[in-house]
Amino acid sequence: MNSLWSITLATLAKDIRLEWRSKDALNAMLFFSLLVVVIFSFSFDPLAEESRHIVGGLIWVAFLFAAVVALNQTWARELRNQVLDAYRISPAPANALFLAKAMGNFIFVGLLEALMTPLFIVFYNLRALGPAWQLIPVAVLGTWALVVNGTFFAAMSVRTRSRELMLPLLLFPISIPAVLGMVQATTAILTGEESARFWIVLLLTYDVVFTTACLALFGAILHAE
Amino acid sequence: MTISDPSSATRSSGCVVVKGLIKQFGRFAALRGVTAEFAAGKFYAILGDNGAGKTTLLRTLAGLSSPTSGEVSILGASPRAACRDIGYMAHPSLLYDEMSGLENLRYFARLYGIAGDQRCEQVIRAVGLDPKLARPVGQYSQGMRQRMSLARAILHDPQILLLDEPFSNVDMHSAREMVALLKSMREAGKTIFLVTHQASLLAGAADEFVWMELGKIVDRTRSIPPDFPAERAQ
Amino acid sequence: MKRAFPILAVLTVVFVAYGFYLGLFVAPTERTMGEVQRIFYFHAPSGWTAFWLFFVNLIASVVYLIRRNLKADALAVAAAEVGVVFCTVVLVTGPLWARPVWGIWWTWDLRLTSTLVLWLIYVSYLMLRRFSGSAQTPVLAAVLAIFGALDVPLVYFSIWFFRTQHPQPVIGNGGSLDPSMRPAFWTNVAAFSCYGALLCWARYRVELMHRNVEEAYALESLLDEGSSSGADTRPAYRGSPQ
Repeated sequence: MNSLWSITLATLAKDIRLEWRSKDALNAMLFFSLLVVVIFSFSFDPLAEESRHIVGGLIWVAFLFAAVVALNQTWARELRNQVLDAYRISPAPANALFLAKAMGNFIFVGLLEALMTPLFIVFYNLRALGPAWQLIPVAVLGTWALVVNGTFFAAMSVRTRSRELMLPLLLFPISIPAVLGMVQATTAILTGEESARFWIVLLLTYDVVFTTACLALFGAILHAE
Repeated sequence: MTISDPSSATRSSGCVVVKGLIKQFGRFAALRGVTAEFAAGKFYAILGDNGAGKTTLLRTLAGLSSPTSGEVSILGASPRAACRDIGYMAHPSLLYDEMSGLENLRYFARLYGIAGDQRCEQVIRAVGLDPKLARPVGQYSQGMRQRMSLARAILHDPQILLLDEPFSNVDMHSAREMVALLKSMREAGKTIFLVTHQASLLAGAADEFVWMELGKIVDRTRSIPPDFPAERAQ
Repeated sequence: MKRAFPILAVLTVVFVAYGFYLGLFVAPTERTMGEVQRIFYFHAPSGWTAFWLFFVNLIASVVYLIRRNLKADALAVAAAEVGVVFCTVVLVTGPLWARPVWGIWWTWDLRLTSTLVLWLIYVSYLMLRRFSGSAQTPVLAAVLAIFGALDVPLVYFSIWFFRTQHPQPVIGNGGSLDPSMRPAFWTNVAAFSCYGALLCWARYRVELMHRNVEEAYALESLLDEGSSSGADTRPAYRGSPQ
């Protein structure tokens, strides 16, 4: 357990360092997110009242697109020079690699969301009528839901022929309940018409179920050849 | 120059045994029944044309590729179980281009549970590089990158070294230095498997030459046959 | 075992023909929905067949991951492919029924939506199989099948809650089936189950044959002493000088 965490943290630190050095993915992602927000704002220009009902969907769909672009980068770095092979022949546990990648993506996608959210608020003049603090657990659980399966499916899709294309094809169908949960919870909080409790519990369940499944099955994926 | 960890010198030396190894990629058979036994503490040079199955054999010994059928035993265990005793240097560098050599090794050392920079600096010096070099590996020359790649392979002081064309694109001088290092490691009791096209470099260094053809070991000789074309030996 | 296949085939033909007859000619016309309700005799049994085929896929995938048995993988492919076909039938007949009865093609009803999501998951499963390299396909596919199965209850509950929050036209066959319709319904359930099993079995056998052919080719390449691998053009740098 000790070595699992120490290797997880070492891998996470390594990934953050590499990301910081190259910055290309980060810059591209930030610009991509900005584009998504602007285009969404053009396409849907509702009154403040209506926007409360639809913006939950808009925000999360925008995050979902941005996350897919970010997730596709996760394993690209490990494939260059076949560095992943060096990990595969080491005694380090497979799950340490998975956790590090998932945590790295969580930080990365979380950062994007933190930068995109103010833009949405500005463009749509948002103000929550429900308990706004609940947006924090929704954001954390929702982001983890996208990222945990996203990291896993990205590891699967890099082993297929059309790498970048495969990830959304695998991720979106499985993520439907999570996306529904995020969107409904956000809408419930913004409109203040309903309680978001069911959706938060659903997201939590989704996270627990799929985190367990990912940790149980990642070894099989990593060592599949 | 010895780079072996004194604590591991007492570890029992074993051997590598493969039985009826077959590896197929779809309709292509890369290995077609390789059966062989290799003694501990010897230096084996594996020679053969492209497509003879040399790389596949090394990857199978490293545990990166699982055979379609047949058995691999490394020191009496499976390659995965024996991973601490195996050092593998592949054709690609297996290094992160954006990090310096020391940063790379520091990360891989963590994977093997090796703490501190001491060991990393030791192996970098052993391959003839400067641990303080801050340049990222991506800006290294091919020869430097190959040396750093070798440093990564020997980082955890493995008993068995699997090296896939370590001299490709390396100048003669550097290649001779690498051979000298490998010789000293063999003296320290390591078992070395080295795939190469430049057999002449290993004359006098390797204990045995293993010849592969179309996925099979066809011969094992003590020296290089005299009719081995000179241009291949370059 | 060899005889079981033709027996199942005959059974399927009999059941499908009898079910067709019962569904279209014997069962009474529904009072409010009219003739179009008869599509139900094909819609619901297809759904049932799709569900149990997906279940077979899950079991086969789990068995593959544990035992690494390639026959289990072949069964998983067969069940998923045939399941997707039946699931497609459900999704096509649903709107055909819905349009005349409720005046809409589609509604985000619990059963319809869950079926759609299930269909999407299994189509992505088939895509993964199509796009991944041969050696690792079974592992990746089996893992995805397990993820898909874990997702099903979450999909169901999320849509169930979604629906209770936002009331929509109440649909579905609303309670129990009239006793006079039961023979037609159950005969068709049996017919479609037999048909599904037959198709799955046939597909499984084709898949096994396909793999045997591949294996034979692989074996050939193994025995073939390099005549096709360009052995003659190799420089003879070993052995006797030319």
